[in-house]
Amino acid sequence: MAYTQPHPRLSVVSNSSHSSVDHLSPTTTSRFSLPSVPSLHSSITTTKPGPNRPNIYDRPLNKTRSAEVSASAFAFLFSEVVQYTQKRVSGINDLERQLNTLGYRLGTRALELMVWRAEGSSKAPKRELKLLSVLMMVHTQVWKAVFGKGADALERSVENPDEYMIIDNDPLIERHISVPRDMSQLSCSSFTAGIVEAVLDGLSFPARVTSHNTPTVQYPNRTTILIKLEKSVLEREELLK
Amino acid sequence: MAIFSLWVINKAGGLVYQRSFADGLAALTSNEYLVLAGTLHGIHAITSRLSPIGSSSGVQVIEGETFKMNILLTVTGTKFVLITSIKDPTADSVLQKVYDIYADAVMKNPFHTPEMPIRSEGFDSRIGTLIGTGQT
Repeated sequence: MAYTQPHPRLSVVSNSSHSSVDHLSPTTTSRFSLPSVPSLHSSITTTKPGPNRPNIYDRPLNKTRSAEVSASAFAFLFSEVVQYTQKRVSGINDLERQLNTLGYRLGTRALELMVWRAEGSSKAPKRELKLLSVLMMVHTQVWKAVFGKGADALERSVENPDEYMIIDNDPLIERHISVPRDMSQLSCSSFTAGIVEAVLDGLSFPARVTSHNTPTVQYPNRTTILIKLEKSVLEREELLK
Repeated sequence: MAIFSLWVINKAGGLVYQRSFADGLAALTSNEYLVLAGTLHGIHAITSRLSPIGSSSGVQVIEGETFKMNILLTVTGTKFVLITSIKDPTADSVLQKVYDIYADAVMKNPFHTPEMPIRSEGFDSRIGTLIGTGQT
């Protein structure tokens, strides 16, 4: 009898489902008979982003804080960026300047997003005013936000007090790039330099930022991002002391 | 147990990379390598039509008395050929790794032109660390 106990229940469920299907089928057939009404409905529902798929601009920015982009996909994209740019410039300096410009556009957005997130998450969001703390922020936070890890060193030039250097031992964007010998001066990290320039500009620390290959035996891809600050920045820094 | 040589053949049958490792095979002239690669490309294309039942891959291993050629065909038509000693058991996995390196260091390099000879330091050095001197 243990077997027969659930059996009628099942049959009840199946009966109800059967009846519901029967109940639904006339409505569906009636819908098919009136094509204009359902098609209007369906067109509305498809053009409107549903509750499960909000518009990309409406998505919460903090949810993607820890989201990561595939490094391979990015490597392919960046490779195409370099090839595209290379076809439209004459000479290495021009290519570096173009990459810098592209990076600048990314940098302005990255800074905006970082500041927005910092304001949202901390109780006392703070704007950096001192040069050193700004450089430290670029060295750690910007690098973390863009590349997923901090840069390897931040140095001050011995000869020129207005020059600082951020050093990355193995830049993510150059990991798969081998520059041919006849273009050995080219550093594709000019893109990164553009990002840094935009961030510094956005924080009112205008500077000229360039990138240079400084390979070592251990790190053949080691790259130095050279920051040459404008005079006004150093003068203001003196006043703030 | 040795890896003698690695070739990369593009989808048109041209030899775009050739590098020798261990001694053991006589070196050919670069012209002979080109002819051999082109011939292999043709043989591969014909052998893929040889199967009596349905479609088949082309030839995967060609054996001589002292060496064997292991051929890996990728979906894009690029062929990797590894010439090893007869008893080498690592050929298949090495070929897969070579394909990995090729995808990383060659295809993601903006200064490489598809179907042209591979001149990439990154590829050279990574193949060097993978295969070394060819003695396993």
